[in-house]
Amino acid sequence: MIGPSSSHTAGAVRLGNVALSILGEPVQEASIGLHGSFAQTYQGHGSDLALVAGLLGWSTDDARIPSSFDHAREAGLTVTFHKENLGELAHPNTVRFRLKGRQGVASVITGSSIGGGRVLVTEVDDFPLEFTGDFATLLVMHHDRPGAITLVTGILSSQGINIAQMRVSRKQKGALALMVLETDQPVGDGTIRAISSLPQVEAVRRIQAM
Amino acid sequence: MTEKLSLQYWIAQAEEKNTTFANYCIQNQVEALELPAQEILERMESMLAVMREAVQIGLQGVRSVGGLVGGDARKLDEYLKSKPEKVIGGTSLSKAITMALAVGEANASMGRIVAAPTAGASGVLPSVLFTIAESHHLTERELAKGLVVAGAIGMVIASRASLSGAAGGCQAECGSAAAMAAGAAVDLCSGTPSQVGEAVAMVLKNMLGLVCDPVAGLVEVPCVKRNAGAAAQAIVAAEMALAGIKSAIPVDEVIDAMGTVGGSLPKNLRETALGGLAATPTGRAWAKKLFGHIEE
Repeated sequence: MIGPSSSHTAGAVRLGNVALSILGEPVQEASIGLHGSFAQTYQGHGSDLALVAGLLGWSTDDARIPSSFDHAREAGLTVTFHKENLGELAHPNTVRFRLKGRQGVASVITGSSIGGGRVLVTEVDDFPLEFTGDFATLLVMHHDRPGAITLVTGILSSQGINIAQMRVSRKQKGALALMVLETDQPVGDGTIRAISSLPQVEAVRRIQAM
Repeated sequence: MTEKLSLQYWIAQAEEKNTTFANYCIQNQVEALELPAQEILERMESMLAVMREAVQIGLQGVRSVGGLVGGDARKLDEYLKSKPEKVIGGTSLSKAITMALAVGEANASMGRIVAAPTAGASGVLPSVLFTIAESHHLTERELAKGLVVAGAIGMVIASRASLSGAAGGCQAECGSAAAMAAGAAVDLCSGTPSQVGEAVAMVLKNMLGLVCDPVAGLVEVPCVKRNAGAAAQAIVAAEMALAGIKSAIPVDEVIDAMGTVGGSLPKNLRETALGGLAATPTGRAWAKKLFGHIEE
């Protein structure tokens, strides 16, 4: 990795990477809220440069990280930073991305850099969740109806994809719900299309294992 | 989210199987990653190569991004070479602290390093490994096995406590790095699995409570010199463990204590650059000079 901090530089790149894959398209506008230690020390650690590098899809050992702002400008990506208090319970290195993509997709993603370059995503579009990006991960936004989970896991099993961890959360009974599936194998485009075409499914987002 | 791992359990398993801790950890990884041992060790060797480059970058005398550190590894290297009779800590210790400074300075200049477990503490493990490689004539393959041991120790600490200065203070960063280095050193010097655990316990005990107070929020002061200090602590603990000295508190409990102490540290002392050395008049003056404001 490129220095100087695994949590504030490498972890920040990874958070940007995960946020980019959740959005699912190139970022046009990013408003980035920094909480805790991130808010106090982001300039010294190059966290701002690293978050932007992550949103551009670069890896943690990309030598261009120190000049990511210039590349963002050329790519037409506008980024603003502000300090944001996410409460006492939030991990000290937490970031909230408010992203808008080129095709108009919008997403709000909150995640923490938990040390040694590892990250934990804790909220996507108001759904509380937890995943690390260590595994290939699918986020399936679906309607809370009987059978939705069976249909999704059925498609995965027919493709020989094993689920390592799974979690389902919903805002209220019968409303929109979110499945987080961490899998041992990468999930291909065809499988994503099959899941997306299910009538119960609203949207699918894929995060490649890091 | 993640299951709590136990170093004591792994050590007991290795002892029962009558194997070295390195071989036990490699077998664990072979199963977890579904990769052949050969491939895992080759990955470790490529990390060793990056570590060696980082030492070389630092020894050339780099300047950090913030300008607070740089050139000290080179200064120490020149001093040791020109006045070897003046060395007071023995050749091995001197070499270790030189390399620890070198990698710390490479990191502070946004150079390429291997986070071990973090970037801020990245000088400790390579400095101890390369020092022992020289004194004990170890091959690259043997050092790669040492890295697997270090990684296993880091995994346990991450699952039971923390590796992040923002969550647990410097004890979680330089402390964990020293624990990884001490355990690897014991295994590389033919210590038993139990002795690996004793070394980890003793070094963490000696570094318990160390705060994270980076001046101006930069990974420069006091981080770079703390890498040298942690390398020395790792050697101290490994030496005691190899002699058969035991920790009165078992290693998993020491790691848990480190986690608890980290959680009890005030926010000022957890990588916010608001307390400790960062809050001294000189520390604040640096922050003002570099970023034009003082954090309140």
